[in-house]
Amino acid sequence: MIFTARHALGGKVKGTALVAHDGFSARYDLDRIKGIFSRPSHKLTGQSYVGKILVLDTSKGGVASAWMLHEMASRGVVPLALVFNSVNPILVQGAVFGNVTMLAGFEGDITALVPNGATVEIDAGKRSLRVL
Amino acid sequence: MKLDEVERAMRAGEYGAAAKVALEHQIKVGEFFGAAEFVAVTQAHVMADTESLGEAGVRWLESLAALDGRPLRLRVPTITDPRGTDFAKASVLRQPAWAVELERRAVQAFARLGVLLTDTCINYQTIQAPARGESVAFGDTGVVIYSNSVCGARSNFEGGPSAIAAGITGRTPRYGFHLDAQRRATLRFRVDWSPRTLNDWGALGGLVGRLAGNYWSVPVIEGLAGVPGSDALKHFGAAMASFGSSAMFHLVGVTPEATRLEDTGGDKLPVAHRIGEADVRALQAAYANEEDVDVVVFSAPQLSLYELRELAALCDGRRLAKPLLAVTSPQVKPDADRLGLTARIESAGGHVLSGMCFYQSYAREIAEANGWKRLATNSVKLVNILGGYGYVPLLASMERCVEAAEKGRLLR
Repeated sequence: MIFTARHALGGKVKGTALVAHDGFSARYDLDRIKGIFSRPSHKLTGQSYVGKILVLDTSKGGVASAWMLHEMASRGVVPLALVFNSVNPILVQGAVFGNVTMLAGFEGDITALVPNGATVEIDAGKRSLRVL
Repeated sequence: MKLDEVERAMRAGEYGAAAKVALEHQIKVGEFFGAAEFVAVTQAHVMADTESLGEAGVRWLESLAALDGRPLRLRVPTITDPRGTDFAKASVLRQPAWAVELERRAVQAFARLGVLLTDTCINYQTIQAPARGESVAFGDTGVVIYSNSVCGARSNFEGGPSAIAAGITGRTPRYGFHLDAQRRATLRFRVDWSPRTLNDWGALGGLVGRLAGNYWSVPVIEGLAGVPGSDALKHFGAAMASFGSSAMFHLVGVTPEATRLEDTGGDKLPVAHRIGEADVRALQAAYANEEDVDVVVFSAPQLSLYELRELAALCDGRRLAKPLLAVTSPQVKPDADRLGLTARIESAGGHVLSGMCFYQSYAREIAEANGWKRLATNSVKLVNILGGYGYVPLLASMERCVEAAEKGRLLR
């Protein structure tokens, strides 16, 4: 299965998808020291995001994520890539600043199309996500 | 993106290394969103507390400040959002020494960059509100939603690195809320009840934000009686942006681009959601499941002089048993001191802090250092954020929060 995004930045990565129909904010949702989702009401609470390809519905919350991806990357406690149905400018600015690969905007709900735990390959140059 | 002569020169390095770095960053963001060109901005506002920057971000700031070997000349006034501490009160908060030191380094780097350290998230109340149609590059979601909606100015959410870039280049990619089409209503709400307290306004904003769902959704709201003031709209917008990542709303008959429903395109939309008092009370009740309180906080957004006036009146004659922290901007604090408001709040046992914001000030570390878990506030934005920091947030009006600081428990 290959899905094409309307927006993309970054490079080629391959890894395990961590999928939920929920939002994403580095400030609101994460324990960035432990590398886990910490917001009690988040569907991925308690799960590690480190090295995962996060597939989520939309970016949420504040502007802090623009700095935080860069900070998380500096310690190696960072997702491998971010995939969203829709994304706000903050996450895009943060992904540019932190050199994190990102795709956004698909035909259909990407959180329903990619199975949780699947191995996926992203090629930002082709704006593609392939489920292996 | 189409670049003009100045932008091409910046990209070629003719305006220095920092301008080149800034423009390249902006081009990547602009191209992601399909921006055709840049738009000139008149102001930039940078969110840059060190809890977000970390050591890596502070080092980046320091290296940017040193990149050209001479002081940078920012092309437009560039100001800051709250810092991660009030240096005068860091010991009251029991913030770790390393955090305060990191803040000092960030302050020094910003000064070298030529940034004006205003340290405020209510710059539209205290520094300079943008005018209708003015394009700006503002950070802090509460500032952006207020500027777009209430002032009729034009800004996307500009995270710290992008806002600094805009200050350096004097422009930002023209996409999102700089475009007329993005400012049209996409979701129509009808409200049959009008909030009274700031906490009610925040709760209504939170509900609308939750239903609006994402950045690109623009709610138009009809049915509110009367005209809310600046503090009410501040809490309304900040909560909406926090719950929904929303950047703009229209209030029919109130906000400048919504004189009539049809001005927003909302007349062509079906009423998607109806919100009444019961819905607002339900959101508030969801954050009122504990009674004992460890700390009371008024912050997010920073308090106006009028909010501090109300708080001082509520503190008169009381002896607070629990810590009460009221956070304001460095522009308001001297007036609060001069007018005796600070003394009234602090003689009851409270603290007035300046230039920081509670959740941007190492909230997790100060919770552990002070044994704070159950936190009462009237800020809907704050309760939405603090769950992720390990707090049990309680939501009530300012009056009930002050009572809670006095009795040690939130009374129903």
